[in-house]
Amino acid sequence: MSGAQKLKRRSVLARVLEARGDALVVSSLGTSTYDLFAVSPAAENAYFWGAMGLAVPAGLGLAIAQPARRVLVVAGDGDMMMSIGSLSVIAAQAPENLSILILDNEIFEETGAQPGLSASRADITQIALGSGFEKTMVARGEDDVAKLAGFLFAQPGPVLAVAKIGPSSDEPVFPSMDGPELVHTFRNAVLGNS
Amino acid sequence: MSQAPAQADDGWSEQVYSLIKEAGISLVTTVPDAGLTRLLNLCSADENIRVVTLSTEEEGIGMAYGAWLGGTRALLCLQSSGTGNCINGLALPAFTKSPCLMLVTMRGQEGEGNPAQLPMGRAVRPVFEAMGVTCLEAVTKEDVAAFFKQGADMAFRDGRAVAVLIAQQVIGMKSFSK
Repeated sequence: MSGAQKLKRRSVLARVLEARGDALVVSSLGTSTYDLFAVSPAAENAYFWGAMGLAVPAGLGLAIAQPARRVLVVAGDGDMMMSIGSLSVIAAQAPENLSILILDNEIFEETGAQPGLSASRADITQIALGSGFEKTMVARGEDDVAKLAGFLFAQPGPVLAVAKIGPSSDEPVFPSMDGPELVHTFRNAVLGNS
Repeated sequence: MSQAPAQADDGWSEQVYSLIKEAGISLVTTVPDAGLTRLLNLCSADENIRVVTLSTEEEGIGMAYGAWLGGTRALLCLQSSGTGNCINGLALPAFTKSPCLMLVTMRGQEGEGNPAQLPMGRAVRPVFEAMGVTCLEAVTKEDVAAFFKQGADMAFRDGRAVAVLIAQQVIGMKSFSK
């Protein structure tokens, strides 16, 4: 990536989510949650505020529960590395409606931009392939970004894309921090009066 | 004393399987344990129950939450040593007041043959309770079904994290003698 302008995380996410249709979206804690709320606020969003590493497994549980809906998990590289074993679980279950987008800034941005493991030798798409995923892609430039939505939404899953993004330059915006309200809002939208 | 053969009637698995059906649970996640073999086999043979093998027990906490968001009830089956892998994840059901039902077969209790099992075995209850998990411990096989039913009701009706613990004396001790 030396010298190249890195992708802007919110514009990448906005372009992907323009095509979300009726997809359910799960975001990992921190900047992924802020960005999802900023670019595509919806009752069908499941925002994480904690439990680092569990956004991807939650996406699998949701995909199993709602097989007729596309489920997209938007997770940071640190969150993904923390639950990297769940890629093997997903590959074994092979949910056709599950897509994963990793916003990979190669740092722990929330805690002071310490380097993450994907800044070193770890390659998340290669780990996904080794875990049994058959479809992965990496987005580094605008040409790749144009293909992301189709990759994530227009083919059977499970699929995983990594977008190599720069650090956030946007003001954080926050969805509700009321846990039961978040669940109630989501379940009402997806299940009707529950 | 060694563990009973996996397929023998252990006096509780059939009952818990019936209660899983009765509670409307259709997703069972697990890092397995010998003591769970019969129950997991019953669930695997049921076309209306999906059994998912995890890489670590914490994933089962996340999956149960996602399943609940989508209207599906889940159960996480694990050995006591795996409870420690769940701790930070348990913030999720606590923060959201979502159901999180666990069935835990205990190691590290009286008569344990592997001293490495003792620290986590002793810590299950205080650590789980510190994270807001209600623990119901069955010390006889006759207790298991009643506690499981109570635990499922508390989890799904009240939106709580509940662990039904099955004491090691119910499961039988693992033999390390050759």
